[in-house]
Amino acid sequence: MRMCVIIAGLVFGLNVGQEVASAASAEHGKTAFIQNGCWQCHGTMGQGSIMTSGGKRLAPDPLPWETFSAFVRSSNRAMPPFSEKILSDNDLADIYAYLLSIPKPPDTASIPLLKE
Amino acid sequence: MARLLSRTRLNRRKFMAGVALAGASAAPLPTDAANAAASAGSPDAARPSALRPTAAVAAAETGTPQASVQAGGAPSSDFMVDVIKSLDIDYVPCNPAQSFRGLHESLIDYGGNKKPEFLTCTHEEASVAMAHGYFKIAGKPLLVLCHGTVGLQHAAMAIYNAWCDRVPVIVMGGTDLDASKRPPGVPTFHSAQDINALVRDFTKWDDQPVSLQHFAQSFVRAYKLAMTPPHEPVMIALDCGLQEQALHDRSKLTIPRYVPTAPPQGDMNAVREAARLLAAAERPVIIADKYARTADGVKFLVQLAEALQAPVIDQKGRMNFPNTHHLFQNGRAQALLKEADVILGLELADYWGTVNGYIDNGENDGAGLQESHIKPSAKLISISSVTLNTKSNYQDFQRFQVVDVDMAGDAQATLPALIEAVKQALPTNRTGNIEARGAAMKKAWTDARDRTRQAASYAWDASPISTARMAMEVYAQIKDLDWSSVGGDRQLSSWPSRLWPMDKHYHHIGGPGGYGIGYNAPAAVGAALANRAQGRFSINFQPDGDMMFGPGVLWTAVKHQIPLLSVMHNNRGYHQESMHVQRMSSRRNRVASLGKDIAPVGTRLENPTIDYAKLASSMGMWSAGPITDANELAPALKKAVQVVKAGEPAMVDVVTQPR
Repeated sequence: MRMCVIIAGLVFGLNVGQEVASAASAEHGKTAFIQNGCWQCHGTMGQGSIMTSGGKRLAPDPLPWETFSAFVRSSNRAMPPFSEKILSDNDLADIYAYLLSIPKPPDTASIPLLKE
Repeated sequence: MARLLSRTRLNRRKFMAGVALAGASAAPLPTDAANAAASAGSPDAARPSALRPTAAVAAAETGTPQASVQAGGAPSSDFMVDVIKSLDIDYVPCNPAQSFRGLHESLIDYGGNKKPEFLTCTHEEASVAMAHGYFKIAGKPLLVLCHGTVGLQHAAMAIYNAWCDRVPVIVMGGTDLDASKRPPGVPTFHSAQDINALVRDFTKWDDQPVSLQHFAQSFVRAYKLAMTPPHEPVMIALDCGLQEQALHDRSKLTIPRYVPTAPPQGDMNAVREAARLLAAAERPVIIADKYARTADGVKFLVQLAEALQAPVIDQKGRMNFPNTHHLFQNGRAQALLKEADVILGLELADYWGTVNGYIDNGENDGAGLQESHIKPSAKLISISSVTLNTKSNYQDFQRFQVVDVDMAGDAQATLPALIEAVKQALPTNRTGNIEARGAAMKKAWTDARDRTRQAASYAWDASPISTARMAMEVYAQIKDLDWSSVGGDRQLSSWPSRLWPMDKHYHHIGGPGGYGIGYNAPAAVGAALANRAQGRFSINFQPDGDMMFGPGVLWTAVKHQIPLLSVMHNNRGYHQESMHVQRMSSRRNRVASLGKDIAPVGTRLENPTIDYAKLASSMGMWSAGPITDANELAPALKKAVQVVKAGEPAMVDVVTQPR
């Protein structure tokens, strides 16, 4: 059901992050993100690392749901595939909701430590 | 050998035998031995699982050590000190051991504990790793003493790291060769026919001198070989008897004068061919790994890169190239290699891995995906001194990579000739092309810098604290100091190397070489010791798993007042292994068992968590943490910096994101 809502949100071009990522699913998604080991390579906020995710990040602004879910299920790269047996559809949808809920970082210009 | 050891050894042995006999007659019979004797005639009596040592062994190993009896003359180990001092060795990090007690005593009493000065270590692995880190800053090797058997086994991993990282360490292991005379029990457990065999596969040279003149030759030769590129550790077995025998006529002994060996240089015909290829290239790429032995190496590489306006990929085995220079192009490494027509590799530890990709996905019957990253027509040039190494057991030479121009020589020593050859080979009509290449690199460098800053901003306020945030909070506190980063930073996504301006050779010192855990903490202390002499501020990002391999080095840093700021990268796990086991579970379509942890069983350092601040303070070190809120970092770091500036080590424990 949650996945259907997500897909619907994408199809209708809504503000996906706000409309789909209900607080409950995002909260459980964060737990699932940890329990299923996603955080190990992607960081607890999906920020990624050049050491573990080739520098790719999951959030904010995650990949479209179809691309995201297809990759998780069938990856043949360094990331192993996560089948439905080990990661349910509901948990995967909740993880996506969690990624949608992660806010954009502050602008680098506003972070004194990252200025020239 | 027997002749050499005969007279004075006999005196010492007779003395020890006398002590043992006296002890045996005076002491009551050990209980277990008495029980064993009483029950010998009773087959039903329970036998103890182990017997206590005899009185003789107990007296020899636990009693007050007796002074050696010299039959006149000076201690031979005094002469050994003269030999060691002739090479201007600064320190001897070591854990004390009976098998080199003669030399130990001579170093501190005859030698005055100066040049070299003893550093008390709590583990031989730390001793060698300290020497490893020291060399990378000072450019000078240290002497490490250890028991030739048990101590050397402790030291072996660190020696392997030094071997893989091409770092010279002079290791001497004590051993008591004469089986008919050495004390029974522990000293015999601690002796072997050939202690050097343990590390022969990953040392450049070893010897077992049997006379003092032989020792002098061996030690100077060992130093000379270790210091000739490729730098590598060397090993000397040091007989107890040789240390403790009497020296009657010092005038007959000589100490060979040390003359540094000029490093091997690439063949000039090969240099000219390499220059021709580079000068004609449309998209040349330079890659450097364990290249810059000194600051001159950095200067030469800048000159070569500028002559060609060629991008440089610094693999960070050493600080090879300023990341502030527009030709520093690490952020575009894969894209540049894909388009390159000529690639110059300087002291690459893994040329195959540089130009090929490997994906650990289980395909190809488990071998994973292996794919070339370069054009088939690309010409490859290599300058590496490691071609001159001829050991074959350990696989640190990596996969075989065919190259088109292969020079067996030290890259830094070869570069001045290559620079001149390139300048001569560059056709004047290509000046415009080369300048255009440089302009493109400037834009690419600026763009990459902006992307790196953007990447650092993600999870900026996260808890656990992001490694980028931690790196920049530290930099804010030290940026106005003459700083030196003395730990590896790969484990924290290389943020210091990517965000801090690094343009001095000592701004970072590369990694462990063999990736044996337990290197980082002691190597950082060793490097900080070398920086102390230069008045530099040393900073170390310390992985938690590495810390727990040898935390005793914290005490060594305090005891010897080695100023070093250790910032714990405390991700509470052996994180690399967490990912490996997770990968295996998912690939096998099984849910990874976490137990009570948040990563696969056996890979986490939690339940209970480790309080590193308390660990440090228990050894007398100023400490703060654990810190989980990024906003609390700056005040703690500010205080820690003041402690280090005052000449003491300090630690701040930061609970971090995994990478």
